Amino acid sequence: MAEVLLSQAEKIFIVHGVEDNVRIDGRSCLEYRSFEIETGTVSNASGSARVRMANTDILVGVKAELGVPALRKPDEGKLEFFVDCSANANPKFEGRGGEELANDIASMLSQAYGDKNTLDMRKLCIADGQHCWILYIDVLLLEVGGNLYDAVSLAVKSALYDTKIPNLTLTTNEEGQVEIDLSDDPFDYSEIDVENCPILVTCCKIGKSHVIDPSVEEEVCSLCRLVVSVTRTGHITSTRKVGAGSLLPESIAEMVSTSREIGISLNEALLNKLKGRI
Amino acid sequence: MEFNIRLAANRKSRAVLPSDKTMHQVNPGDLISKDSGYMRGHGTYFDVDEGKILASVAGCVERVNKLICVRPLKTRYIGEVGDVVIGRITEVGNKRWKVDAHTVLDSVLLLSCVNLPGGELRKRSEEDERMMREYLSEGDLISAEVQTVYSDGHLSLHTRSLKYGKLGQGILVKVSPSLVKRCKNHFHNLPCGVTVILGNNGYIWICPLQSNEGAEGGFMQRLDPISEQEREAMVRMRNSILCLAQYKMMLYDTSAYYAYEASSQYQLYEMLKPEAMQNIVNMTRQRIETEM
Repeated sequence: MAEVLLSQAEKIFIVHGVEDNVRIDGRSCLEYRSFEIETGTVSNASGSARVRMANTDILVGVKAELGVPALRKPDEGKLEFFVDCSANANPKFEGRGGEELANDIASMLSQAYGDKNTLDMRKLCIADGQHCWILYIDVLLLEVGGNLYDAVSLAVKSALYDTKIPNLTLTTNEEGQVEIDLSDDPFDYSEIDVENCPILVTCCKIGKSHVIDPSVEEEVCSLCRLVVSVTRTGHITSTRKVGAGSLLPESIAEMVSTSREIGISLNEALLNKLKGRI
Repeated sequence: MEFNIRLAANRKSRAVLPSDKTMHQVNPGDLISKDSGYMRGHGTYFDVDEGKILASVAGCVERVNKLICVRPLKTRYIGEVGDVVIGRITEVGNKRWKVDAHTVLDSVLLLSCVNLPGGELRKRSEEDERMMREYLSEGDLISAEVQTVYSDGHLSLHTRSLKYGKLGQGILVKVSPSLVKRCKNHFHNLPCGVTVILGNNGYIWICPLQSNEGAEGGFMQRLDPISEQEREAMVRMRNSILCLAQYKMMLYDTSAYYAYEASSQYQLYEMLKPEAMQNIVNMTRQRIETEM
């Protein structure tokens, strides 16, 4: 993970600030920084989005490809997450340096989206057991400035919202095989219902209290973070603890409920913004 | 719960005041001149095979008679003797500390160039060498003065005055070094209750008000909680300085204080919004212009 050096006195200043509910950039503990979304940034992807939150810069591309459904779930499509850490974000990411972080984020995302209440995967199925859509979701970390998980999940959700899947016509031939015809019209497409896509909310434990949307400096001051994935309805699809510290059961419950509340309203705000665009 | 989400399509350009000069801007590798009669200066290189002068940095071209230079848009700090800088210790070595001061090469602070407890004329023993990490360890921030600039550009610093030394609780803000105006004094005790050290290297230190007489070279550190009032003043100053830096305004005591006063109509968290930033900068700019 990208670490910054801080002196002991600076850490003490940040910790006391969190206790007083005045963080070093003037926010209160449960306040989010403003961020900027751009959809449709990559022209040759089915859908794409870029999210910029303070210094964190994330680019996500979604590519829809035809494939064969998994044997155990013949009536469902597939999602494949891949995260790439650019060495521009941090020199440590060069070569295989960013692999651990990348796998961590990818597995967290697939866990969050693995719940059946999130995306309706059956809509991605074309012909039972024969053809389905596979969505390759590629995340590129261009710059790392704290609160990576949240920014990535916001970018993924925006990119899925932007994704256009071409409509297909199916014909069955004499041998019972399904044949697929792709229409020539580029405007003949359907969109994905992202209403219930989860968002990851990181809750960072600093001193005795916890903060939302930590900056890099605040992440250094905390021993442990809790990442919770929340849908619009407040359904929690997965949780994970990041960092070496330990948490008491009471503080976990408190942090999860804070993250849930933030997640519900953040989901709502993001969808409103994306839909208001058109 | 309120969220501030923006779409890139609605972004307003962060325009700096328009200037009437048209500038010749180049990117690295761009052709500046094919004429071999010119001399190449900083920020350019000579392509021997084709006999052209090309830019090595992004910036604007400046010509003085036959000399061509490119002034970079973004630069690291280029040291000058006597500058006040803020730096962070990155390594403790043999009789020296390595300091990150936003320079191209790491700066050094020699053990013989710091004040140790017990007076200026104290001899440095082996004991002191072993105690180096006790005094300054990795991650600590210091304020210092540039003592020497070596030919390769790396700096040697010194803290042999009680106003320099280890820094305690406060906020570090990083801005471009070209935005810090060179002044007689870089340590400012502002009436709003904060002390600001404007490092020439673009690192700015904001801490609670400190009296000049009480300077102790960082041997005593205040680690008790800072009062909420002081903390809010410091945070407000941090956000004001960031506003000015975002709009490329020169930073010195007056501009920082005017921005601080202009921000008083906003709550702390509102100062992070682009509209508020623009407003604060405009008000500061007007006030500076009317007083000139």
